[in-house]
Amino acid sequence: MALSSLTVHEAQDLLRRKEISPKDLVEDLVRRIEQVDGAVHGYLSFDAERALKDADQADVSLPLGGIPISIKDVVSVQGHPCGCASKILQGYVAPFDATVIKKLRAAGAIPFGRTNMDEFAMGSSTENSAFGPSCNPWDPDRTPGGSSGGSSAVVAADEALAALGSDTGGSIRQPAALCGCVGIKPTYGRVSRYGLVAFASSLDQIGPLTKDVRDAAMIMNVISGVDPCDSTTLDEAVPDYTADLDKGVKKLTLGLPKEYFIEGLDPQVEEAVRAAVARYEKLGAKIVDISLPHTEHALSTYYIIAPAEASANLARFDGVRYGFRADGITGLLDHYGKTREEGFGQEVKRRIILGTYALSSGYYDAYYLRAQKVRTLIRRDFDDAFGKVDAILCPTSPTPAFKLGERTEDPLQMYLADVFTLAANMAGICGISIPCGFAEVEGKKLPIGLQILGKALNEATILQVANTYEQSTDWHRAKPPLA
Amino acid sequence: MSATKFDVRYVAELARIKLEPAEIATFESQLGHVLEHVEKLNQLDVSQVEPTAHSFPIYNIFREDETRPSLDREVVLANAPRHAQGLFIVTKVVE
Repeated sequence: MALSSLTVHEAQDLLRRKEISPKDLVEDLVRRIEQVDGAVHGYLSFDAERALKDADQADVSLPLGGIPISIKDVVSVQGHPCGCASKILQGYVAPFDATVIKKLRAAGAIPFGRTNMDEFAMGSSTENSAFGPSCNPWDPDRTPGGSSGGSSAVVAADEALAALGSDTGGSIRQPAALCGCVGIKPTYGRVSRYGLVAFASSLDQIGPLTKDVRDAAMIMNVISGVDPCDSTTLDEAVPDYTADLDKGVKKLTLGLPKEYFIEGLDPQVEEAVRAAVARYEKLGAKIVDISLPHTEHALSTYYIIAPAEASANLARFDGVRYGFRADGITGLLDHYGKTREEGFGQEVKRRIILGTYALSSGYYDAYYLRAQKVRTLIRRDFDDAFGKVDAILCPTSPTPAFKLGERTEDPLQMYLADVFTLAANMAGICGISIPCGFAEVEGKKLPIGLQILGKALNEATILQVANTYEQSTDWHRAKPPLA
Repeated sequence: MSATKFDVRYVAELARIKLEPAEIATFESQLGHVLEHVEKLNQLDVSQVEPTAHSFPIYNIFREDETRPSLDREVVLANAPRHAQGLFIVTKVVE
């Protein structure tokens, strides 16, 4: 068996038994990338030499010792490019390690490669990357999802053991669902955002994309925790997320929100999710119907708050201190205008303009303030629900992977890809997507994701719920039909 | 909040982004659709609701006001589009 197809915990077992070395892992990944990444285009770059050097010094007794982990191009790794798949950060090399990278290194992991993404994490398909989209390993004509689509694609294609992504409205969970991997968005404040290039600061979280639930728990163990460099991190103890994985669901109550089973939900997705719910019942969980009444307003609320925060965050890209600066500048306003015109792609400009408008004089109350109030209602929905249930089950994405090019002309259609994921960011709660079956579309098998949402800081519970299902199925072991 | 057609040219100026006339037209129509969707929020009565800026109550976090190591000047300037004599070269700001 190729080493690149191993999970993190399988690789760890072999490393600790000295049957393989960290160098073997890196070399096998490079081989695999050379073999399939032409078709997948999950990586923007990777530095094999540096990874091999890190591998030489890796201490395999550490929690992630010798394990290469691929990094979304939005997280700073010292000495590596960090371009957010944008032209405006062309040539930028991160001068410091993000806190998650420091923690990964301290745990012995090897940060490896830069995975493709929608520019500045704005998008649901990777089609907004300035360097071309990634392809879904299950069907190269389709999107791997986004914005962490490079991360989900390389994990699914066995070009990585695991990867980091970031999730502002679903950017870890949706691509995980579309590629058949596991992806967790931690509670807001669980994982430090220091060194993550900011998109919407009240929503962004970093999290892992992995081949199974245990791997996700192992990486969460390492990257979680309070950080003096990010004042929004929560000063709460980090439990061992692997401890409860095998405790089952017999004592748990799981909620089914009726607002997530609506028109527009693909019938094959609905069937797979309902089958998963039935499986949970068989496994001993109590299933109850719940309501999250403000669900239909989540999308609108998100598309005011996220662009508003983005328009402020992306003001820093001005062609002065780093990145791209336009040529032939006639004055200061021309400098800003041209640099940002030529440096940003369409979707980023669209969102900056939408966000600037929502914050502009005369419209602030009508849009931004109103959206923040609706955000309160959405948060309360979840507070009420978690008074009755331990976790919530629903689809991750309303459809399986859509075709590349299918939605690029219609931003609203693209935004609907995240309709089931963005409420969790707005409420600050945690969520995980795990594989729960396949849709048959035009002769191709396309993965379907089950989303499990949990109360703030209840990552252990959703990991336990996810693992119980996963261990009773084989979905996560299925491999895409790549050469 | 009835303005679903907004002045993209003016907003782009505020955001310091130049746009081609064709882009302005495209954005006006696309963002008009998005704003139409957003208008649905008007159906909700939020007069008694407090806004949420953050999911959790976060208070000011302070640290001791002590000097700490920071990035070296050369390391920072290495990423600058233009620099000289240890400084960023900027476009002229004053007349």
